[in-house]
Amino acid sequence: MDLSFGPEYDDFRSDVVNFLDKNSDKAPKGGDMRGEQAKDWQKLLIENGYTCRTIPKEYGGFGAEPDIIRSRIIGEEFSKSRINPGLGGQGISMLVPTLLEMGTEEQKQKFIRPTIHGDMIWCQGYSEPGAGSDLASLTTAAVLDGDEWVVNGQKIWTSTAHLADWIFCLVRSEPEAPKHKGISFLLFEMTTPGIEIRPLVDMTGVANFNETFFTDVRVPKNQIVGERGQGWQVANAILGHERDTLAPPNTAQTRINALVELMKTETAGGERLIDNPIYKDRLMKLQGRVLAMKYNDMRVLSSRLNPGQDASLSRMITKLQGTELRHELEGLAIDIMGEVGLSYDDNPHLRGAGSWQREYMYYLGLIIGGGTSQIQKNIISERGLGMPREPKIEKKAV
Amino acid sequence: MRFGLSEEQTLLKDNVNRFLEDNVPLDKVREYADGGSDSTIWQGLSDLGIPALLTPEEFGGVGLKPLDAAIVAESLGQHIAPGPFLGSAVMAPFALSNSPEGFGELLSKIATGEHRVGIAFGEAIARRNQASVHVKDGKVDGTSLFAFDAEADSYLVADQNKNMFLVSADDDGISRSNLTTVDRTRRTVELTYSSASAKPVSTDSNLFDRTLDLGRVMLAADTLGAAQSMLDQAVEYAKQREQFNRPIASFQAVKHMCAEMAASLEPCRAMVWFAAHALSDVPEEARLTACHTKAHLAEVGQFVSRTATEVHGGMGFTDLLGLHYWFKRIGANRQWLGAPEFVRSEAAILQGVD
Repeated sequence: MDLSFGPEYDDFRSDVVNFLDKNSDKAPKGGDMRGEQAKDWQKLLIENGYTCRTIPKEYGGFGAEPDIIRSRIIGEEFSKSRINPGLGGQGISMLVPTLLEMGTEEQKQKFIRPTIHGDMIWCQGYSEPGAGSDLASLTTAAVLDGDEWVVNGQKIWTSTAHLADWIFCLVRSEPEAPKHKGISFLLFEMTTPGIEIRPLVDMTGVANFNETFFTDVRVPKNQIVGERGQGWQVANAILGHERDTLAPPNTAQTRINALVELMKTETAGGERLIDNPIYKDRLMKLQGRVLAMKYNDMRVLSSRLNPGQDASLSRMITKLQGTELRHELEGLAIDIMGEVGLSYDDNPHLRGAGSWQREYMYYLGLIIGGGTSQIQKNIISERGLGMPREPKIEKKAV
Repeated sequence: MRFGLSEEQTLLKDNVNRFLEDNVPLDKVREYADGGSDSTIWQGLSDLGIPALLTPEEFGGVGLKPLDAAIVAESLGQHIAPGPFLGSAVMAPFALSNSPEGFGELLSKIATGEHRVGIAFGEAIARRNQASVHVKDGKVDGTSLFAFDAEADSYLVADQNKNMFLVSADDDGISRSNLTTVDRTRRTVELTYSSASAKPVSTDSNLFDRTLDLGRVMLAADTLGAAQSMLDQAVEYAKQREQFNRPIASFQAVKHMCAEMAASLEPCRAMVWFAAHALSDVPEEARLTACHTKAHLAEVGQFVSRTATEVHGGMGFTDLLGLHYWFKRIGANRQWLGAPEFVRSEAAILQGVD
């Protein structure tokens, strides 16, 4: 056991802390991706290597060698200070790594710089009404007509489609091939004629999701990443990465500390809720689980730093356990507040700007999204425990 | 940064596991459960140096750390091995070597395994049945319930005020009677004292607390090993057992039970490692983590032991497979040295909430 990162990392950490101290006033408070302040902040973060750290300089990034510990220290310090860590979104988190791995030189030159600087916003066209957990059964069609793909079909859960300039989209280009081998990965502008967006309001009241319809959308032939029929591999090159980031343990830590404070200030019948033995026990139970996930995460980190250490099962269970834990944690905050915990939007009794109810529902969304808990359990039992797959049902002859 | 076991620790684990696989198969556990002796098992573990693990080198020990002991505890739990490890190899050597009274000679006997020390702490944690322990002028009166290791040569006893002292099992003022529990892999006793000689060990409640933390982390490690064994057995059984012309391991209902067990249990491994490491190297987090680890493993252990039994269907409920020995051992670990609700309430107090 050696829990220290070493002195050179201590220096790096103090650099990050100093930067945050000096520049916190420049950071945007809200989540407006289009604002000039957000773009300026993003530029400053890239110049200092605090975001887009390993993206090569020639594509507009900071160009550092990958260093898991430095990336982690940046994440920890930004999270601790609650200062905006720079632009997120699926373009930066998913498309850019995909292009770095599978894109042509021309695509890298054209797309990465504007994307990471907030000048090009992306949405992801993967799920369809008939292709959720079984994503590879997607049917949105792309047919080559001269130098253009003609796309027809429908996507769903397209986050930020209404704000996006471009979409990266999985389409079926080879209808005769087996389902995993007939998919292509296309990029096209959201202003292309034939695209219709309908907002999909979620249970928190926010319309971040959309349904996106394509009718004879014409896409230049070269706007494909990878080869024809290779789209499934292109998409999966980084899908595992998404799951790792859905429920990071250090935010659970921040939230449970906030819950402790909440229980110290909230009262029922004049009694502090933290002094109620039943609520206190529920809190302590959750704190134990948060700690277990924290140490699990340290083990995962260690396995990435030390070749030969195996933490594959620890990693596999993180999304399942992390999202469930957060949902329960936010739920306890609502329970201790009783009716007050129901407050929402403009209610004058709102606590924590409504975050407890919002996160409670949001994490239910994450239990479902990004591979449902049930799909996670299939993965854990099959890949982690070596249990056999469910036998396939023969398609009935018509 | 390296979070995990060292090469030496992996070697220790392999050695102990090999010994237990060869010498403590289920049949051997059944013999003990039916009234047999654990002395050959303890002798074998002593030959491996296990009782000397935590004892400082100056007293003939190896001077290793709680994490090394936790690795052994996990293996013992995995094989549901009988024996006085928790008291004699862990808690007693720690308390006695940190006592101002000087127990050097006794410590070297403990380190070779020839002297066994049991633990009678119940009255300092959560007194049951009005049992209590009173010491005055070097003499002890009263009762300790559910002291562990029925064959101990002496007992480390704590009174209600966390004072610790040592009594000899063959003192004329002590009577010892077996208390049968569901867990037959280890034996507990009731100790009745009537003016028995009590040698002071410590009046420092901090030393009691640290001894208790250490014991709790060992019980958590024991549960980790036992629960992992139950999960492995359940997965193996599900792959073999066929119904409706297919292995039941191919049914999602069964797979999801196993996935839930793995998902709860895997983080416990890191938690036990950290909790044990913290006892020696991260003192500011040690107490809180020990409490949470004891309580969390109690909950996960309960879930895994029940679910793994269910995966075995009717066979899980029988004596034939012997799965119930693991179930009951995990159940005992849950109650020993503080039931989870009590331990969690201590965790709250440690954070200034009571």
